[in-house]
Amino acid sequence: MELDPDDIFRDEDDDSENDFLQEREATKELMVYLVDASPKMFSSTCHGEDKEKTYFHVAVSCISQSLKTQIINRSYDEVAICFFNTRERKNLQDLNGVFVFNVAEREYLDRPTARFIKDFDHLEESFMKEIGSQYGIMPGSRENSLYNALWAAQALLRKGSSKTADKRILLITNEDDPFGSVKGVTKLDMMRTTLQRAKDAQDLGICIELLPLSSPAYKFNMSLFYADMLGLEGDALAQFLPSTTARLEDMKDMLRKRMFRKRRYRRITFSIASGLSIELSAYALIRPTVPEAITWLDSITNLPLKTERSFICADTGALVQEPLKRFQTYRNQDVKLLADEISEIKRISAGPLRLLGFKPFSCLQDYHNLRPSTFLYPSEEEVIGSTRIFIALHRSMLRLNRFAVAFYGSSTHPQLVALIAQDEIINSSGQIEPPGMHMIYLPYSNDIRHIEEAQMDTNFSTHATDDQIKKAATLMKRIDLRDFSVCQFANPALQNHYAVLQALALEEDEMPEVKDETLPDEEGMARPGVVNALEEFKLSVYGDNYDKEESRANEASRKRKAISDNAIKEYANYNWQDLADNEKLKDLTVSELKYYLTAHNLPLSGKKEALISRILTHMRK
Amino acid sequence: MARNKEALVLLLDVGPTMHNILPELEKVCSMLVQKKLIYSKYDEVGVVLLGTEETNNELTREVGGYEHVFVLRNIKVVDGDLVDVVQELPRGTVAGDFLDAIVVGMDMLIKKYGPTNKGKQRLCLITNALCPIKEPHEGTKDDQVSIITSQMTAHGMKLECIIVRGVLSDDANKKIMDENDRLLDLFSKNTWARTVHVENLTSLFGAIRTRNVAPVTIFRGDLELSSRLRIKVWVYKKTSEEKFPTLKKYSDKAPPTEKFATHEVKVDYEYRSVEDPGKVVLPEQRIKGYRYGPHVVPVSSAEWEAVKFKPEKGVKLLGFTDASNILRHYYMKDVNIFIAEPGNTNAVLAVSALSRAMKEMNKVAILRCVWRQGQGNVVIGILTPNVSDKDNIPDSFYFNVLPFAEDVREFQFPSFRNFPSLLLPTEQQQEAADNLVKMLDLAPISKEEMLQPDLTPNPVLERFYRFLELKSKHPDAAVPPLDETLKRITGADPELLSQNKSVIDDFVKCFELKENPKMKKSAKRLPRAREENFEDPHNVKRLKTSDSMENMSAAMVEKVGDLTPVQDFEGMLSRRDDPDWVIKSIKGMKNKIYDLVEDSYEGDNYNKALECLVALRKGCVLEQEPKQFNDFLHYLCKFCRGHDLSDFCDFLASKGMTLITKTEAADSEVTGDEARSFLVIKGPVVEEKSLNSAREKRPHVPVAMQSHFCAR
Repeated sequence: MELDPDDIFRDEDDDSENDFLQEREATKELMVYLVDASPKMFSSTCHGEDKEKTYFHVAVSCISQSLKTQIINRSYDEVAICFFNTRERKNLQDLNGVFVFNVAEREYLDRPTARFIKDFDHLEESFMKEIGSQYGIMPGSRENSLYNALWAAQALLRKGSSKTADKRILLITNEDDPFGSVKGVTKLDMMRTTLQRAKDAQDLGICIELLPLSSPAYKFNMSLFYADMLGLEGDALAQFLPSTTARLEDMKDMLRKRMFRKRRYRRITFSIASGLSIELSAYALIRPTVPEAITWLDSITNLPLKTERSFICADTGALVQEPLKRFQTYRNQDVKLLADEISEIKRISAGPLRLLGFKPFSCLQDYHNLRPSTFLYPSEEEVIGSTRIFIALHRSMLRLNRFAVAFYGSSTHPQLVALIAQDEIINSSGQIEPPGMHMIYLPYSNDIRHIEEAQMDTNFSTHATDDQIKKAATLMKRIDLRDFSVCQFANPALQNHYAVLQALALEEDEMPEVKDETLPDEEGMARPGVVNALEEFKLSVYGDNYDKEESRANEASRKRKAISDNAIKEYANYNWQDLADNEKLKDLTVSELKYYLTAHNLPLSGKKEALISRILTHMRK
Repeated sequence: MARNKEALVLLLDVGPTMHNILPELEKVCSMLVQKKLIYSKYDEVGVVLLGTEETNNELTREVGGYEHVFVLRNIKVVDGDLVDVVQELPRGTVAGDFLDAIVVGMDMLIKKYGPTNKGKQRLCLITNALCPIKEPHEGTKDDQVSIITSQMTAHGMKLECIIVRGVLSDDANKKIMDENDRLLDLFSKNTWARTVHVENLTSLFGAIRTRNVAPVTIFRGDLELSSRLRIKVWVYKKTSEEKFPTLKKYSDKAPPTEKFATHEVKVDYEYRSVEDPGKVVLPEQRIKGYRYGPHVVPVSSAEWEAVKFKPEKGVKLLGFTDASNILRHYYMKDVNIFIAEPGNTNAVLAVSALSRAMKEMNKVAILRCVWRQGQGNVVIGILTPNVSDKDNIPDSFYFNVLPFAEDVREFQFPSFRNFPSLLLPTEQQQEAADNLVKMLDLAPISKEEMLQPDLTPNPVLERFYRFLELKSKHPDAAVPPLDETLKRITGADPELLSQNKSVIDDFVKCFELKENPKMKKSAKRLPRAREENFEDPHNVKRLKTSDSMENMSAAMVEKVGDLTPVQDFEGMLSRRDDPDWVIKSIKGMKNKIYDLVEDSYEGDNYNKALECLVALRKGCVLEQEPKQFNDFLHYLCKFCRGHDLSDFCDFLASKGMTLITKTEAADSEVTGDEARSFLVIKGPVVEEKSLNSAREKRPHVPVAMQSHFCAR
């Protein structure tokens, strides 16, 4: 069904065929940002210069960034933003010093909306007027704003079951000693009740996290209070501060993309020998990521449309049900096939995945590829013992440097696959490659084209000399991407798509500039070493002819330019409107008609009638 | 259309040594013609046989010689008759001379086309090249070949030789074979000729290109190493899936008398407002909306056009890197090939130098490609060398698309290293696995590599075209089974299995599999269990179930599963926590039996179905529910007789299956005689079902029976 004509991102991929196997794990995240709004937060992060950049500003812009990412990545997650140490109060329990920020048509804890993000972006300007900042914990009063804040957040998170949702509170503050202003028994008491409140929340399955804001001049001291609240000790405590700094950075420049939760996309029975089948889980680790599908709207009301498909008999014009029969014209007759027969034809193998044997890697050519691979990992869910067999084969294949060939009898694309064992790769930031096997879809001989053989040339030697190869090798050493990793580039079209969408949704005035990371490093290429190597390689292959060839190529384009210039000149000699009105276009020659088409940059192909109708359509516009 | 018209002359060796492979040859040639009929019906095809008793060719008449070369069909546009012709190739009686056949084929092409149609003429020789080539009257055989090749080059002909050897030609004369191979080699050195050796019938199927697709470049222009050095290249598809034919939807609304009815179905789209379904919106009145959070942002095409990402056309080098930096499973799509601009010597050498240097140093190149102006995205990919071992074929590069950061899903998986030893193989098991991986070798050194993608045909397509041909003659024909030769693709090679029987047996013995009893409870299994059973009724038996029984009865059973339906049924029946279990278990068992019978292929499930039926009968007697069983058996027999499964009824009768009688259960209205005779005298046969409706999906349990359940 073609709904999107300039469908640039789509890719034929039949992953959807088995979508029913959703794993039952937390499917969404409920998050409460708990932002300290005490006067201390409004002090500048660096003393002296740049008064604007307060702690509060850092916190707010960080949340704003994170919301903008979230609305695209995981738009079903729900958030609430809650300030404490405020002058005004607004919350479910009507607690003092706690203010939940919200916009119309939205619950306190709900999915973020464009309006929510937009208003939040402008919140800082009006914050003092509307919400206000004041210390909530003062000597002499029993008020405990931190306690209130936790309680309010916990109340917000009462929504949804902890089985299906991750519940989190992210506390952002620069006050490492919230009870510093009170003394004695009162202080101990307040600390105790606050800790108890936090523990209650944690017992309810709510995870409390802290994002401490510190400055170079002032280190956040965890041991004063928060270590206790988060239950951090020893090494974990030492690791905590550096890790949060990194987290803050992460929140700012996360990639905009739709996130996929880890989800098995199907279960596969792998038959190794007769009488021995193990169970595998298949995961789609690498798939082209595309923006969400277009929703068509009525351009007048902006209300969503639904598409209805109807089938019409071409002979009688009658409305018909979706027919079950298909046909192929063959030997002067319409051979009819039933949908069932077609699926029967495709069902050529019993058992989904069947081992056929093993081959050395030299048999797996670079052109043996059709689609993104699928990752296989053993499963004990139904057949106990699968993992053991899988690991034994996995190890043997790695050790003997072989891959397995198997037949994958899927219902739509039954085909040969290569199974490549992948050992686990870990580096400091975690698992880079998970252990398991990658299933690579192999082409049939029908799918392979013999292009290079069609280029057979008997006239001259087609292979480079040793000297030329040596020069090429030198060049290669010069332009070496040492740490290249697959997927180091963000997809510029996708990032642009989301950036533009955000700008339109939030009615931003300026269209964003997205940096295209995929462009070559011009500077690096201009380094003398590289230039030298290039020139030497050029000289060894082209001799002194390179520039001549270049100019010859330019000549061709110059010629093309001349033709179009001429056409534009000639174009002016006709009164096209007049010719069209009096149906005299057909009296012109094809080459005359082409003047018009060239001048208007229209396609030149087709018969005379096609040209004329193209001209007429263009004029009518 | 006619621009890409191809002229093909098939040169088929039908001599005595070829007889054993002729049946396969007939199949593959008819498929070739069939595809031409569908995809390129203006192509012209001629057929020449060699090794026949008789002689029939113009050259014999004109100049003499060329005996035993028989023109079965002159070059003309493909038609249905040709399918029949190649399906019944005559068996020859003498040793054929393939050189003679090539000359006859060339002569036919020259006479037909003269100097026109260059580059679109193809000769396809299929032989085992075991028979000696006659000594020429003058000069040597080599001279002859060189005369022929220069003629071929001059007329722009291509030659494809498929040499069938290996196991198929054990007792051949080595000397003749070597000489013939040398001669054929001369062809590929001197002109556009391609020789493929195949050693088994499956590869023969794959070696013959049954569909000729005219290659189209997806890019012509510069490969920019930098702004200082651009190499002229052309980019083609190297792999591209040959899709299952798109069949048109059929409408039978046209009156049968209407001769020129197209029977086509048009699809019409209408857009209606979700809130007001009565309101139809014209296609051009729509506007695209993109989801942003819970809301949809409308964006007009013009607006979008103004701001969307618009990269410049061009193919640019980002740099070289070690091949080991890119793992094989990151390749995303079908593969392209970069060749130097044809005829451009310097470009050919530049590509060759880079390609060879890359291979030597184990490097690959990373490129950023925009194939067309106006393309909406860039492609990042990897260029790998394709170094040619033939002098006259230029070197080239393969190009594979790599993922972007967004395309990689970073799921974490438990490391095998941390697994408990229970999940890890023992030393002995590891050794068995090592042996299996070593011995189940598809690419032994001395033999042709088995299942090489380049020589493995798509079995689905073969089956489709065979079925199409069959249906064109017999509209009621059933889908034929997969061709024997092609079963080597979908299942392991029996020869390889028998050679390595001990290794495989060792492996199987070493490991033990058990069904997980906990999974029985999962409701999620239902749709999947259905599907798998559908795909492979056998796979149920393949699991080892021996010692899983007691585990299972211990767990509370909630549905009749695939593996142990009888036990499940009995388990459910004996549950006393809810009286509904009786009905549930009976219903579940009925569905199970139904599925077994319906999915059975040549009766392979009958025994299992019988076991279940016996259990069901016993259960119904025990629970005093005779009507449930009797109605079901009636229904089942009726269904079987209506669906070409009446052998199941006979099978039941032979095993002494009867209805439940009054004596067994008081509620039954069936007498002993009736019960026994029920299966012997055939029940009423359902008439109205045509072959078509018989294949339609059935409701899971007949409606009448469902209402019976409700009534209770």
